[in-house]
Amino acid sequence: MRRRYGVQNLALELIFAAFGVIALFPIYILVVVAFKSPTDVAQSALTPPTELYLDNFMVAWAQADLARAFVQTMLITAVSVAVLICLGSAAAYGLVRGSGRINRILLMLMILGISIPIQLGMVPLYQLMRDLGLLQTPWSVIIFSVGAYLPLTVFLYSGFLATQPSEYEEAAQVDGANAFQSFSRVVFPLLRPVTGTVVIVTSIHVWNDFLTPLLYLGGSDARTLTVAIFSFRGEYATEWGVVFAGILISILPIVLVFFVLQKYVIKGFASGLKG
Amino acid sequence: MTTTAAPAMRAGKNPKKGKHPTRRNLLWFALPALALYGTVLIYPTFAGAALAFTNSKGGRRADFVGLANFQTLLADQDAIRSVGNTILVTASLVIVQTALALMLAIGLHQKLKLRGALRTIFFLPFILPSLIVGVLWQFLYNPGGPIDSVLTSLGLGSLIQLWLGSTSVAIWSVIVALIWQNTGFSIVVYLAALEEVPAELYEASAIDGANARQNFWHITRPMLGPATTINITLTMVGALKIFDQIFVMTNGGPGVATQVLSLVTYQQSFVLGNYGYGSAIALVLTMIIAAAAFIQTWARRRAGAN
Repeated sequence: MRRRYGVQNLALELIFAAFGVIALFPIYILVVVAFKSPTDVAQSALTPPTELYLDNFMVAWAQADLARAFVQTMLITAVSVAVLICLGSAAAYGLVRGSGRINRILLMLMILGISIPIQLGMVPLYQLMRDLGLLQTPWSVIIFSVGAYLPLTVFLYSGFLATQPSEYEEAAQVDGANAFQSFSRVVFPLLRPVTGTVVIVTSIHVWNDFLTPLLYLGGSDARTLTVAIFSFRGEYATEWGVVFAGILISILPIVLVFFVLQKYVIKGFASGLKG
Repeated sequence: MTTTAAPAMRAGKNPKKGKHPTRRNLLWFALPALALYGTVLIYPTFAGAALAFTNSKGGRRADFVGLANFQTLLADQDAIRSVGNTILVTASLVIVQTALALMLAIGLHQKLKLRGALRTIFFLPFILPSLIVGVLWQFLYNPGGPIDSVLTSLGLGSLIQLWLGSTSVAIWSVIVALIWQNTGFSIVVYLAALEEVPAELYEASAIDGANARQNFWHITRPMLGPATTINITLTMVGALKIFDQIFVMTNGGPGVATQVLSLVTYQQSFVLGNYGYGSAIALVLTMIIAAAAFIQTWARRRAGAN
């Protein structure tokens, strides 16, 4: 295991390079086709573009109304994540540090929510949103997103908080801090690494969500990027270059986040899950 | 679920408990979260379960019909097929994705120069929207599309299929796309576990003259048990809920060849307006997920006891 780099490693390297090529192939096609003219795509989707054909991006941006969808998606993601951080960290504090037995039971019930499929509640929740007049507004998706990802958020916060000593909070308490002060001044700053994880993981989830935004916002001006791309694909079914250009625009932010914060993204997704 | 119960158990074992009489009941900190959780997840889930026993078509009126929806389901060949497909997709992902991820993670854990790049490449599909993954693979599978071109240029043209158009092949094509999307996540879970294996163990075993196979069997393998449990649990629960990719790639077709429970639920409730029947199918899906999680927990407890 700790030997020097040898022939065996080189062989392994080549085998893995082959796996890498296979895994990268779909992404390569996505990028290449987005930069090709329709005739170029018709000739071959595999070869690199003969010239950088940028019309696809202009057509997609204008026709799919991506600017508006971008603003909507950003708004929905930002508000949902901000609310998730506030409610999730406070709930974890109350349920982990609180003295009652009921706190532990509620914590478990809440975390159980991670595995509840949304399908069963889909109809009643849709009717509730309709009755509240929230359909076709971003608020319906924000409320859904916060509720849907609270179990994961509380799971991440509570798992971390339970491993931290409570001495600081107790010291603050001795100094006369009330519960809210010890939460906001001592506990919340302590939770910063988890807050980073929560931001990364939940914002990617909310950004990528499709079915709920489709049901709540489909056909309205408030549609998100995934919904816009979906209906756009229906209209431009044969013009893959345009569709893929739209896709590249819509995933640019999460791909950028992934590449810039890669270490944290990967750790974030893997971390909360250590049993 | 074992993985999710961990913080609760840790919290329960807080050694400070009882020593500090000033501890407060901080329940009100959790009230806003609990209220929203109740509104968005708990209430709709129970209301949906109740709908499953009615003939609701979406209006205000709905009559209690007992188990009629479930009787309909048993006689509904398409719905039965979707149960089978759901189980097939889930089992395939759990087995193939976990095995592939284990293999790739162990390889990546060696001193490979490409290690960082490969980890990025394998993980990238996981952060893409599932809808986009579906659109992308639909194009890849097009007759005469990229996959067919590659096969032709490799001289394997005879292997070409109607990837999404053939009733016997389509479900496997869908499974391949799902594996491509999700294996990176399982790899990362395994890599995290591998990094926690202390190097001293390997040094000690090297002194004892152990070979690579013995190292794997006696050191690496036992350390990967929890990671395998996590991967199987998450893959299983995730696979049962899969919707976007299949919705956009095949919409359950051709015929009902790729129909799964989450898709039937959506179609019955939101396309056909059969809220009662759609909810009954969703209830069956929920029961399968609960059973899967329960069996998983039970199996792990049993393994832990021995």
